[in-house]
Amino acid sequence: MNPLTGYLLVAALLFAIGLAGALTRRNAILVLIGIELMLNAANLNLIAFWRYGPHPEAVTGMMFAIFSIAVAAAEAAVGLGLVIQIHRHTHTTDLDAMNRMKG
Amino acid sequence: MRRFNVCGLPPIRKKREWMGHRVFVAGTGRGERPMSVVFYLIAALSVAGALAAVLLKNTVHCALALTVAFAGLALMFLELDAQFAGFAQILIYIGAVAILVVFAILLTRGSETPKDGVYSAKPIVGLVIAAGVFAILGWAVLRSTAVLPHETAKPQVTVMDIGNALMGRYVLPLEIVALLLTAALIGAVIVAMHEKEDAR
Repeated sequence: MNPLTGYLLVAALLFAIGLAGALTRRNAILVLIGIELMLNAANLNLIAFWRYGPHPEAVTGMMFAIFSIAVAAAEAAVGLGLVIQIHRHTHTTDLDAMNRMKG
Repeated sequence: MRRFNVCGLPPIRKKREWMGHRVFVAGTGRGERPMSVVFYLIAALSVAGALAAVLLKNTVHCALALTVAFAGLALMFLELDAQFAGFAQILIYIGAVAILVVFAILLTRGSETPKDGVYSAKPIVGLVIAAGVFAILGWAVLRSTAVLPHETAKPQVTVMDIGNALMGRYVLPLEIVALLLTAALIGAVIVAMHEKEDAR
């Protein structure tokens, strides 16, 4: 098997698991966990293509992965801040119970 | 490091025509590296951690399983000779994001299992969508095995090269990411700040 294929399959599996978690869980924090898993799967793809691509000395894939990690950290901070604030307003983190945007 | 031929098959090196180009596929001949046992162990660890993170009922257990998945992915980055990305993954994801998730769970008392279940009203729809996405991605990856690149020479990239790239060619994205992080952190603090009582 092409070594890249294994990494791409693992990344696809992790992405699908994260997507399933984000789509099926009730708790908003668990949905954020699913999104983090999807972002990590994308990072794995970037690093794998960097490693087995034709020009690894130009660190393009590595740069993509590093910037993606930084953006994911910002996303986690804002998302969890929003969840905490919504919990303070409505005393729930259940996404099915969040059906209005008015505070 | 010694690599194992997992399939137990003799090395094959087939030639195949693909879109007019002659490519080499599915062999363990010169320059071809079979998947190692280490890769399978790390992949099993990551996938098990991810499955536990989305399946467990207790939210704190989910956060801990997420840490295991992040650690597995960091090991996979190290296996891919991306030391900088691997250690950045450990520092940022395990050190910051997972801790942030645990704090959020504790602040929202999310560890109590709700009475009406942990899954949304129609989980089967989400499962079908996720399975469909995995099927399409897996089909695409397996179909394109012949044209995927497989350079096997270990890349000679040091942290100094990464730093030079960040300060040279990628300095504008670096500045934008710095601005984005600052804005996101200020925004997160403002969003989660206590409101004054008279403001309501």
